[in-house]
Amino acid sequence: MHEYAFLIILFPLLGFLFNGLLGRFIKSEKLVGAIGSAAVGLSFLVGAGIFIELLGYDPEARSFMVPIFDWISTGSFHVQIAYQVDPLSLLMVLIVTGVGFLIHVYSIGYMHGDRGFWRFFTYLNLFIFAMLNLVLADNFLLMFLGWEGVGLCSYLLIGFWYDKKFPGVSITWTGDAGNKAFIVNRIGDFGFMLAMFLIFKEFGSLHFNTVFDAAQNYTPGYEPIFWITLLLFVGATGKSAQIPLFVWLPDAMAGPTPVSALIHAATMVTAGVYMVARCSVLFALSPDTMIIIAVIGALTAIVAASIGLVQNDIKKVLAYSTVSQLGYMFMAMGVGAFAVGIFHVMTHAFFKACLFLGSGSVIHAMHEEQDIRHMGGLKRVMPITYWTFLISSFAIAGFPPLSGFFSKDEILWRSFADGSLLLWLIGATAALFTAFYMFRMVSLTFEGKPRWGPDKHPHESPSTMTIPLIILAGLAAVGGFVGMPAFITEHNPFESWLAPVLDPAARILALPAHHETGLEIGLMLISVVVAIVGWYMGRTIYTRRFDIADRFVQSYRWLYSLLLNKYYVDEAYHTAIVDPVVKGSEKFLWLTFDVGVIDGIVNGSAKMTRALADVLKRIQTGVVQNYAAIIFFGILCILGLLFLG
Amino acid sequence: MLSINYYLILSAVLFTIGVVGVLTRRNAILIFMCIELMLNSVNLTLVAFSAYLGSVEGQVLVFFVMAVAAAEAAVGLAIVLALFRNHVTVNLDEINILKW
Amino acid sequence: MSGTLVLFTFLAIVAVASALLMVTRLNPITSAIYLVLNFISLAGLYLTLKAQFLAVIQIMVYAGAIMVLVLFVIMLLNLEDERALYDHIPWSKYLMFVLGAAFIVEMITITGLAGAPVISTMSPEAANIGTVEYIGMALYNSYLLPFEMTSILLLSAMIGAIVLAKKRFP
Repeated sequence: MHEYAFLIILFPLLGFLFNGLLGRFIKSEKLVGAIGSAAVGLSFLVGAGIFIELLGYDPEARSFMVPIFDWISTGSFHVQIAYQVDPLSLLMVLIVTGVGFLIHVYSIGYMHGDRGFWRFFTYLNLFIFAMLNLVLADNFLLMFLGWEGVGLCSYLLIGFWYDKKFPGVSITWTGDAGNKAFIVNRIGDFGFMLAMFLIFKEFGSLHFNTVFDAAQNYTPGYEPIFWITLLLFVGATGKSAQIPLFVWLPDAMAGPTPVSALIHAATMVTAGVYMVARCSVLFALSPDTMIIIAVIGALTAIVAASIGLVQNDIKKVLAYSTVSQLGYMFMAMGVGAFAVGIFHVMTHAFFKACLFLGSGSVIHAMHEEQDIRHMGGLKRVMPITYWTFLISSFAIAGFPPLSGFFSKDEILWRSFADGSLLLWLIGATAALFTAFYMFRMVSLTFEGKPRWGPDKHPHESPSTMTIPLIILAGLAAVGGFVGMPAFITEHNPFESWLAPVLDPAARILALPAHHETGLEIGLMLISVVVAIVGWYMGRTIYTRRFDIADRFVQSYRWLYSLLLNKYYVDEAYHTAIVDPVVKGSEKFLWLTFDVGVIDGIVNGSAKMTRALADVLKRIQTGVVQNYAAIIFFGILCILGLLFLG
Repeated sequence: MLSINYYLILSAVLFTIGVVGVLTRRNAILIFMCIELMLNSVNLTLVAFSAYLGSVEGQVLVFFVMAVAAAEAAVGLAIVLALFRNHVTVNLDEINILKW
Repeated sequence: MSGTLVLFTFLAIVAVASALLMVTRLNPITSAIYLVLNFISLAGLYLTLKAQFLAVIQIMVYAGAIMVLVLFVIMLLNLEDERALYDHIPWSKYLMFVLGAAFIVEMITITGLAGAPVISTMSPEAANIGTVEYIGMALYNSYLLPFEMTSILLLSAMIGAIVLAKKRFP
């Protein structure tokens, strides 16, 4: 079955080509949507088939290469279009295509009646195609192709409603938000490229297995590896919205909600996590980078969670929540718990996709209203959305036995055991914040009295939207059981599935085995308590005791506005970087350098040519006889040369 | 007996007169006639070589030159007519539109 | 001085003189008449070369057809005398004479008045070659294709002339 892995890539490509080339001529939304969804669904089926096949093999034999063709071959530089099927990439394929399929189906309902319907599905299929290239690539360059491809699709889809206003710092239109995402990502991509150059310099190849096999002979702390991993991580901070490059993700909410669910929650933003896991051998060789990753991850988790506490836009809350959860994943990566990080990628994909789709359902019902202060009481009119949203909120808040509990708790435990108390404290605080803002949002949106105007007529969404919600909520509820901690099950099935890929890194790190089961259970209880406290506070304050929140805002106004304005990071970037660059480009690069020097050279050469031509054109008298005379002179010369010369 | 040089030099002289006429005269028809003169001087060379080498090719070529000259005369004079119709002159230094 | 040389000298003088007169006349019609004279003298020269057929054709085609056409056009255009050739000659025209002089010097050097190897006697075949019969055999055997193509050339020239000389382009 694995030799058909190229089909996984092929189906979305075909869907993209079909909808992209013919979509505009197809009047039927059903056909366009069905083809777009089927392309992803078929990929999922192929992926599932390969998964079943791999289960039948020994863990060590679960890695296959599927070469397609030679891409670049010059000198000692060889790059193939080739796909690597192994437990890690296959897991990502299943997440991407599985969640992607559900979101495609959801989009049929959500995008109903949109004049860009076919365009939307074209982009979505292109995105899936690029994302699959990213996760299945067997070398850095092909991965980078996918990496850029998803960035492009992200840009296209953020600005999908390009004629819609979208307020923000130095942002007016949704297209500006797309630009912001694209440009911020560029900074990260630059790091990724530098890392690739260094890798080629150091190892002479971009092929994953070649590089990783060679790297296993290095001693930890070797300096070039530090730079390689640091630059790779810079790439990851761009794509996965970590400090200091997280600013694009909240503004990426300008895109349609399914896009936010698919790209900016479930799949693309986890590409950085996947990349770190894929290169775990390299990262394991550089303890310094690991510390940086853990610290950045923890900081991102707490900073984003704290911003999420006070946001009023339902999608903004989810966006900061995503940034925060991505911070958790990197924290796990930073302490060497690669499998746990990937585990959180998976569970997060389930519950965050469900939350985003649920918010989309709400926004749909509320006629594009996104401010949770103007909602309330929706529980009664849209029960399916409410229940799925609630389950996912419990999952992300870390209530046992939902999926988020297992993954988040594992991260916290590992950050305590292999990291430090400080990391754990930060993580636990962020968990408290998470529970709080999630239930603040749930309460404001679904509980209490309706606060919407009489012009709004909320209603439950159609079945194409609710069925994906139900499936995702189910996954969010039970998806965690595959990764139950070792003291409950004999061995953690999720970790042993990924072990063939991640073991080399684990061998290098040589982390001690943990047997402090009592401590682990104790920490687990603490985090359950934390989640319950967050839930209770969020629910109480925002259903009955609004006065507490108001008093808090009154007494800590500076803190409130600091959080509400996202620590003024956007403003700071704008003043420190964007403005100088823009002004400098305008005043110096454009008006001085371009107009003066570049145009001067170009226009000067044109003027010189013209001056020369003014002299030379005198030769062209226009009188035929002069031309004849010159021809005759030429004949004279030729004859002279032939006979007399 | 005459050597062939006599014919060749005569032909060269006639050709030169034709060339100088083409290059100096203004009247398009006269230039046209000078070209005919040049053609004829070449014809003379061809006939001379044909007779001195004992080969018919030269005379066949002259025959074709005459046919081409006839065609040229027809088209050339038609052009002169069209020119005159547009510019009301056949004076070539007044017709210098062929420039920048 | 043999009779041939006398004949040649006479015809050559007529040819050169008529050519010079043709180039220098102000009135195009006079020029055309001198050109006809030139053609006739050339026909005589062809006869000294024993090319009887071409001599006849020369008279018929050139002096007869082409020159009549030229005269026709001259009269159609009703051209006046050109302004005197000599008043206000631009310097570039003198350059043309220099070019012409250079050419004739070059030609004479090439043909070699000064003892270069030349063909001094006419081929004995010459009288035979010049006949209508001989040229006809050549034209209709070895040169049939070019001959037929000449007819197409003349046809297209005819059509071209008609199109060009029409009053208005459609």
